[in-house]
Amino acid sequence: MTQSVVVQVGQCGNQIGCCFWDLALREHAAVNQKGIYDEAISSFFRNVDTRVVGDGGSISKGKICSLKARAVLIDMEEGVVNEILQGPLRDVFDNKQLITDISGSGNNWAVGHKVFGSLYQEQILEKLRKSAEHCDCLQCFFIIHSMGGGTGSGLGTFLLKVLEDEFPEVYRFVTSVYPSGEDDVITSPYNSILAMKELNEHADCVLPIDNQSLFDIISKIDLMVNSGKLGTTVKPKSLVTSSAEALKKQHQKPFDGMNNIVANLLLNLTSSARFEGSLNMDLNEISMNLVPFPQLHYLVSSLTPLYTLADVNIPTRRLDQMFSDAFSKDHQLIRADPKHSLYLACALMVRGNVQVSDLRRNIERLKPSLQFISWNQEGWKTSLCSVPPVGHSHSLLALANNTCVKPTFMELRERFMRLYKKKAHLHHYLQIEGMEESCFAEAVSSVSGLIEEYKQLDATLGTPVEDLPRLSVAV
Amino acid sequence: MSIVTVQLGQCGNQIGFEVFDALYNDSHCPQGLCSKRENEVYQESCKERFFSEEENGVPVARAVLVDMEPKVINQTLSKAAQSGQWKYGQHSCFCQKQGSGNNWAYGYSVHGPRHEEPIMNLIQKEVEKCDCLSGFFIIMSMAGGTGSGLGAFITQNLQDQYSNALKMNQIIWPYGTGEVIVQNYNSILTLSHLYRSSDALLVHENDAVHKICAKLMNIKQISFRDINQVLAHQLGSVFQPTYSMEGSYHYRRNPLGINWQVRPPLSGLPPLGKVSLNRELHFNTSIANLVILRGKDVHSADLGGFKDPELYTSWLAPVNAFSAWKTQRAFRKYEKSAALVSNSQFLLKPLDTIVGKAWNMFASKAYIHQYTKFGIEEEDFLDSFTLLEQVVASYCNV
Repeated sequence: MTQSVVVQVGQCGNQIGCCFWDLALREHAAVNQKGIYDEAISSFFRNVDTRVVGDGGSISKGKICSLKARAVLIDMEEGVVNEILQGPLRDVFDNKQLITDISGSGNNWAVGHKVFGSLYQEQILEKLRKSAEHCDCLQCFFIIHSMGGGTGSGLGTFLLKVLEDEFPEVYRFVTSVYPSGEDDVITSPYNSILAMKELNEHADCVLPIDNQSLFDIISKIDLMVNSGKLGTTVKPKSLVTSSAEALKKQHQKPFDGMNNIVANLLLNLTSSARFEGSLNMDLNEISMNLVPFPQLHYLVSSLTPLYTLADVNIPTRRLDQMFSDAFSKDHQLIRADPKHSLYLACALMVRGNVQVSDLRRNIERLKPSLQFISWNQEGWKTSLCSVPPVGHSHSLLALANNTCVKPTFMELRERFMRLYKKKAHLHHYLQIEGMEESCFAEAVSSVSGLIEEYKQLDATLGTPVEDLPRLSVAV
Repeated sequence: MSIVTVQLGQCGNQIGFEVFDALYNDSHCPQGLCSKRENEVYQESCKERFFSEEENGVPVARAVLVDMEPKVINQTLSKAAQSGQWKYGQHSCFCQKQGSGNNWAYGYSVHGPRHEEPIMNLIQKEVEKCDCLSGFFIIMSMAGGTGSGLGAFITQNLQDQYSNALKMNQIIWPYGTGEVIVQNYNSILTLSHLYRSSDALLVHENDAVHKICAKLMNIKQISFRDINQVLAHQLGSVFQPTYSMEGSYHYRRNPLGINWQVRPPLSGLPPLGKVSLNRELHFNTSIANLVILRGKDVHSADLGGFKDPELYTSWLAPVNAFSAWKTQRAFRKYEKSAALVSNSQFLLKPLDTIVGKAWNMFASKAYIHQYTKFGIEEEDFLDSFTLLEQVVASYCNV
């Protein structure tokens, strides 16, 4: 079995990361009743004997002593990381895994990427190498960050190049939170477009998320919980809702619910690699099946169910509902319209008591309403993991490589151009050493190139699917 | 005579377990619905084929389990051990930490050469345990990365190292509507390579077996376990002993000793119930058919329908193309059962479909970068297409 290392960068990255580690611990605690350190846990956690000083404390088998997250936490301000270290998860991290500064990146990609990049390059490399050494077989880096700010966006993408050079065989999966139109950071379009170029060139796979979608999902759950329609059927211990009280006290920690959704995404993404099932799907299979061309590696994700149903023996009708929901816009983590765009590939990762016949029935049922590209008409990748998420009897994560991401990128470019044309706030960037106007031009050109590729694929939409003439051979 | 089984990848290992379980259950059926003596002779003939007997009496499967990641092998080993009836050898597994990622090129070009020695050594050890080796039974899927790519590599090695032993590959044909998006690429690469090194390809289509579960067995929620068990049942009914030419009480020694006249694939049909023929239907043209009857009244069964010249290609007389094997000993308590192993145009349409889909995808160059990364170039794809188009044409002209 392989291991993965999570690199959380910036305020957003670290807050999501924190939720992820919390949920991961709870999931493993629920699955691993005997407290034995097994291969599933080792994918994200080390087992350490805390009495041993220095590095020698790793224990590879036997009872769980003390679990340490395979994580590197990076932030150029101390607030968020300090909060994590004082919170309930403080024992899961040690300060050898942190890189912090005091001044922050000022919502400036250039500060994050160029200034802090060069300042902390050595330290970053050192921490990453250390975390890799602790792994038997490192398969993947999960990078969590936002696109609109300075640290997550700038330093987070600087990291990608470092990872690519230092660990070329290890996959780089990036979870990126994109700014919404009403983002309060004025320069977020600049930061996002500059970051996009890096994602285009150095990421293996990107899962774009936007806050608005997460917020809508939380609102919907809130509505269902408070309306009393579900009554006693919503289990308070479900990992999705974290706890029913937290929902009601929504204003205290507004992002917690939203971050939990992203955390669930990561858990479900890796479940088939960590746990057994009748049709396993490892992380390298995600890239292999969902990325037909190297640049087109942006995947739209949707998760169901979003709240627990108390009924454990779900009748078939409910199971089918789960599949339908996965293809409904309400369950997507990014605003997009895949049903009216072109699917290049689609993956269905199912957890729980779901069998191959359920999968086949639903694929047959949903296929007619979806448009797949001519050369991938049956482009489905499926996996069945026997272990359901905590508090649910089954769940489904759908990952789609679909041209519906094009409008998102076009809007981003639009917002970028509005600022760039007026040269608004540009001086904040250009005054940083290593930043020139060409950086901006190259970045927007990279995004335009990507949009163009999607456009060309979209142009095939609606054209009849014809079989190409085959090779003729002499018998 | 013994058969060494090589189980590759998740599919190969999951199926392999069910096959050994089915074989064990049939062999140790206390009641064969025949005379006690008949049953004893049958059971004697079963010995040494697929299992070796340990001193403490628990049979050990003559199998090598190979997978590039540990989860499935661990499960398979523990399931066998839990049954308490038979088990896998303690040191019969080869496992790595990271899978092949559904990438045929990775299975063939990276895992193959890297792990060639330990895997071939494991197989050698199993071979040495056999008094008389009949051949190899290699279980693999076509759609993934390990079974398909590493499977093709290992079969090639077996061809080089054990050129006198028969190699039969059990191939799982994936569902038409994807389990794996690049399954068509993986399939054509697998088939074209196996064509050059395997003696026989026994094919089971997931779609067909699924239909059996749904329509003939009325299973509501079909799992892969159900599918694998049907498959294992079919294979068991083909591989278990049958009478040799000398008649009752003399069982054929070589379970793989079918007259392989030509190399193209075979396919299996449901063995349950009696086989009935409807002359009005148009049949695929066959090159060869083998019917295996087990149970009551086998000697009086009318096999005339199978000898109809209309079923066969013009260049073969039915007497050469058709064989029947029998035993009065019932298979797994079925009073009567029949199995058909057929080399016919049965697979023409599925093969043509897969080649067509792979070709369409290849024309757009989608996913090719994932293969060239590991040394499988566009020429290799073209070679595979060429070979398979020839196979399709050959079967068309039969």
